[in-house]
Amino acid sequence: MFTLSNCLILAAALFSIGVYGVVARRNILIMLMSVELMLNAANLALVSFGRYYWPRGDHAGQVFVMLAIAVAAAEAAVGLAILLAYFRNRESADSGAMGLLKG
Amino acid sequence: MRAADPLALLLPWIALFPLLTAAVNGFGGKRIGREVAGWIACAGVFSSFVLGLRCCFGLLELPAGPERVLKDVIGTWISAGDLHVTLSFVFDPLSAVMVLVVTGVGFLIHVYSIGYMEHDEDVQRYFAYLNLFTFAMLVLVLAGNLPMMFIGWEGVGLCSYLLIGFWFTDPKNATAGRKAFLVNRVGDFGFLIGMFLVFTTLHTLDFAEIASSQFLRLAAPTTLTIATLCLFLGATGKSAQIPLFVWLPDAMAGPTPVSALIHAATMVTAGVYMICRMSALFVAAPLTLSIVAGVGAITALGAGLIALTQNDIKRVLAYSTISQLGYMFLAAGAQAFDAATFHLFTHAFFKALLFLGAGAVIHDLAGEQDVRRMGGLKRWLPTTYITFLIAAAAIAGIPPLAGFFSKDEILWRVLENFLQGHGVYWLGLWLIGIAVAALTAGYMFRLVALVFFGSFRGAPEALLKPAEKSAPMMKVLVALAGLTAVVGFFGVPEALGGSYRWGGFLQPVWARGNEVQLPLAHGHWAEVLHTALVLGISGLVAWRTLDLFKSWPVHLPSWLLEDPVFPAIRRRAEVAFGVDEAFRRWIVEPLYAGAARLWQVFDVGVIDKAVNGTADSVGRLAGWARGMQTGTVNLYAVVMTVGVILLLLSFTLI
Repeated sequence: MFTLSNCLILAAALFSIGVYGVVARRNILIMLMSVELMLNAANLALVSFGRYYWPRGDHAGQVFVMLAIAVAAAEAAVGLAILLAYFRNRESADSGAMGLLKG
Repeated sequence: MRAADPLALLLPWIALFPLLTAAVNGFGGKRIGREVAGWIACAGVFSSFVLGLRCCFGLLELPAGPERVLKDVIGTWISAGDLHVTLSFVFDPLSAVMVLVVTGVGFLIHVYSIGYMEHDEDVQRYFAYLNLFTFAMLVLVLAGNLPMMFIGWEGVGLCSYLLIGFWFTDPKNATAGRKAFLVNRVGDFGFLIGMFLVFTTLHTLDFAEIASSQFLRLAAPTTLTIATLCLFLGATGKSAQIPLFVWLPDAMAGPTPVSALIHAATMVTAGVYMICRMSALFVAAPLTLSIVAGVGAITALGAGLIALTQNDIKRVLAYSTISQLGYMFLAAGAQAFDAATFHLFTHAFFKALLFLGAGAVIHDLAGEQDVRRMGGLKRWLPTTYITFLIAAAAIAGIPPLAGFFSKDEILWRVLENFLQGHGVYWLGLWLIGIAVAALTAGYMFRLVALVFFGSFRGAPEALLKPAEKSAPMMKVLVALAGLTAVVGFFGVPEALGGSYRWGGFLQPVWARGNEVQLPLAHGHWAEVLHTALVLGISGLVAWRTLDLFKSWPVHLPSWLLEDPVFPAIRRRAEVAFGVDEAFRRWIVEPLYAGAARLWQVFDVGVIDKAVNGTADSVGRLAGWARGMQTGTVNLYAVVMTVGVILLLLSFTLI
């Protein structure tokens, strides 16, 4: 059941959903969530590889993921803060309205 | 290695004192104040004069002959390949004469300037320039080699430019300064080319080595002729000879003492000095010497004619200077270098006196320079009148004043060249010389008559203010008049019972080509006769002109008016024979036109197009590139994703 290929397929599927979300949706909140999805897909891949190559001992993959989650939390906080400021300014979360600097 | 003679160590200081005071006045002028500036400047020049005098006496103590020379080699200046140029100062009899003239007459003119410039607001700058000029001129005459001389040569040109344009707020003066500088540059170009040619043929630039170079005999005569002609071109620029004399009359835009110092007594003599200094080289090129003499004679004649028709007191004197310089070149061309320097020496005194006298007249008439609005001034300006008359008589060759001896010497030596069988050419030059002697007396006494005789023709209120009240100016006039009266006695010819000590003093300096100067069979009586002839002509013309122009406006005698030749010459002489106009038409305007074409074709067509084209193409590229910046965040994300995918694909495929 939890073979390496199954895990990686799941991670790729999650990643693709995330990419689709970032590319296709225009609500910034959704885009941010999609980015988180991609991040976690990558975490999943990391854990899977770690488990597969070092079945006992050596938790490098897991430790790496912990670190990534911690950084991602900080990054999400910053992203949400920017989103909030933007929303207050524009009363909308539409990324299409972000073209003010377009030449 | 420095010089053995301790006296020679003084030589650099002769030149450096005026530079020092120039720096004091130039940089600290505001602090020291206007009253002190003039005296500081005078002190600098006077120190040089005292040192020059000391060195001169030191020179006389040395045994007579070629070893009578002081030389101070400070060190190497340029050393590259064959070329070794030293920083050296040389003081031989010729330099001694020049140093004493430059500092002596220069000192008197400095003192005069204190009075003349007392109302000017920029006295410190004036004296700084004047000192700087003295420094440059002293470097020129003390230089031991051609490049050193060139420093002074360029220096006097620069100071001349600065002083002609001294009152630069009037564009006319600034233009005159520029003109002088540019015309001089043409001559300097010749000087440089000549210097290069001298180096390639003689492999040295040191004066002493040039004079004794064995290459002088070996070099091709054509090369020497071309080299000397180039040097002579430099001399015509600095000494205002045909064809480069046009700057000197315009140079009268400067303050009058400047005209006296630079444009009569010192700088313009640099060309004559240079030829005398390089006499060995010129003697080796007889063709050049003939050309020098010819150009000198023609210039003397032309300028004399022009001087006769001018109405600006300073312009008359300027053309007179050109004419007298022509005499000096005539003498140099006739290998009578001692006569040339003798005339240079005496001319420095009486021409300075003439200019300073004219300056006193202009000063007291509040800037009036047109002789048609003068007249009868001998009653109001008695001192100026007497001294001016002495100078006029001196330049016209009335004995026993200075000009008589020197001019007589020149004419006799030119005639001697003919009598010794050098061709009828010299007879022609001698005849021109006699004509110029008559012309000199003519224009000079026309000037005296128009300024000092008759009745005053200007505005009557011009005479109300007290005249001749500046003590320094009057004292200098009297001193110069006294000197003018006596300096001629340095060179009383043997024919008149003298011993021509001048020639003896300078003898070691020259290399004479026709060394066989046998006393001629006709002997002294011919020279006496010649002197009497010259004197008779000059005196007669002087007396007649004075008589004729006393009651201006004159009615010329009918024989002059009916003659078809005279009015034609007069018309041409009034516009200086159209040389200025010709320069404008054939050189200045084509240059302007060429520059305008270059501007249109090259500047607009090539340079501007290249610059604008670069900017345009960058703009077009940017216009195309900015299409990518849509501002849609999602599109950026797509591009990024596609990019990452392509990157990964490329990794897996390779």
